Amino acid sequence: MRIRTVEISVGLFMLVGFAALIVLALNVSGLNLTPRAGGYTLYANFENIGGLTPRARVSMSGVQIGEVRAIRLDPQLLVAEVEMNIFADVDFISTDSSAMILTSGLLGQQYIGIIPGGDLDVLGDGDFIFNTQSALVLEDLVGKFLMNQVSE
Amino acid sequence: MLIDKIQRLGHRTLSRCAAFGRSGQILVQSIVARPAPLMMLPLLVKQIYFVGVLSLVIIVVSGAFIGMVLGLQGYTILVDYGSEQAVGQMVALSLLRELAPVVTALLFAGRAGSALTAEIGLMKATEQLASLEMIGVDPYRRIIAPRLYAGFICMPLLSMIFAVVGIWGAALVAVDWLGIHSGAYWANMQQAVDFRGDVINGLIKAVVFGFVVTWIAVYQGYDCVPTSEGISQATTRTVVYASLAVLGFDFVLTALMFGDF
Repeated sequence: MRIRTVEISVGLFMLVGFAALIVLALNVSGLNLTPRAGGYTLYANFENIGGLTPRARVSMSGVQIGEVRAIRLDPQLLVAEVEMNIFADVDFISTDSSAMILTSGLLGQQYIGIIPGGDLDVLGDGDFIFNTQSALVLEDLVGKFLMNQVSE
Repeated sequence: MLIDKIQRLGHRTLSRCAAFGRSGQILVQSIVARPAPLMMLPLLVKQIYFVGVLSLVIIVVSGAFIGMVLGLQGYTILVDYGSEQAVGQMVALSLLRELAPVVTALLFAGRAGSALTAEIGLMKATEQLASLEMIGVDPYRRIIAPRLYAGFICMPLLSMIFAVVGIWGAALVAVDWLGIHSGAYWANMQQAVDFRGDVINGLIKAVVFGFVVTWIAVYQGYDCVPTSEGISQATTRTVVYASLAVLGFDFVLTALMFGDF
């Protein structure tokens, strides 16, 4: 019987350990076991991306509809070109939608918010979102505010 | 005399090298050269019980308290910046990346490592190891290997349990006591924590620390001077060396995982 209790407690210990790993995976890191495969790519040019990083959220009305795949500098236009992967089931973004870089909270991460337009045509794989608004840079704001003060 | 000092330095260097050699020999002889047969399973279960299950209480209690302290400290700092919602990600990242593997390894060295050293050292002092060899049982396979495997298996599990209990402890303080919205707590955490980058890297740390701590404990026990004084010194050395090794390896692993190069 002594051996039995030892073995049962060891079995429970192993189960608790693996359960802890699963809790960490699902509840803490928010790991999605069935990542939405596929999807399509959209591009957008921003004059200033601020602190946007790859894997940042792309959301519409606060709901995540994709993530940032890559960020590079367009050598001709000299603006940042952001490559976004949009989930395949979100295939209703109209062509006159606009993209803006937003911040979640004060210290939060930056993400791309897409505001839908009214056009009947929808964006497909490889299309550009032309209507964009750059990240808010605090120094620019302060500068504009000071200029206003001076001109008054 | 200068020549005597040089000789002493040389003697110390050689004996250190010999100690490293002997510890490597123990590791190779008990694990690599003899793959564990299924017969070892009952022995392994017993060792997991001693090393893992009996360490559970100290791990859970200290995990809960460290989580609660992190929640409280994080809140009082972050509330100055009006971003107390970020307490969830702060707690989760610091626990997963650093505190869970390191504190678990330090507690593990004190709780399980010292016990392993004392047990094996006493076996050596009472010549149980020698008599095992006399009756044709390999002490590496019978005594050392199950303890080593038990350490490798238990450390990562204990570290995961520590992290989960700590995060729950922090949730208890931050959400239930200080009134942070529970949705903000968990959602910020899930957004900040990356499974591959944070959970798995913490797990790798825990595996490495488990390996280092058990190896040092087993070696110190097997190599101790077989007297009561020798055993006490070996036990002290286990805790000291294992703690230092854990902290040193932690820096190296952190630099490799999170440093940009």
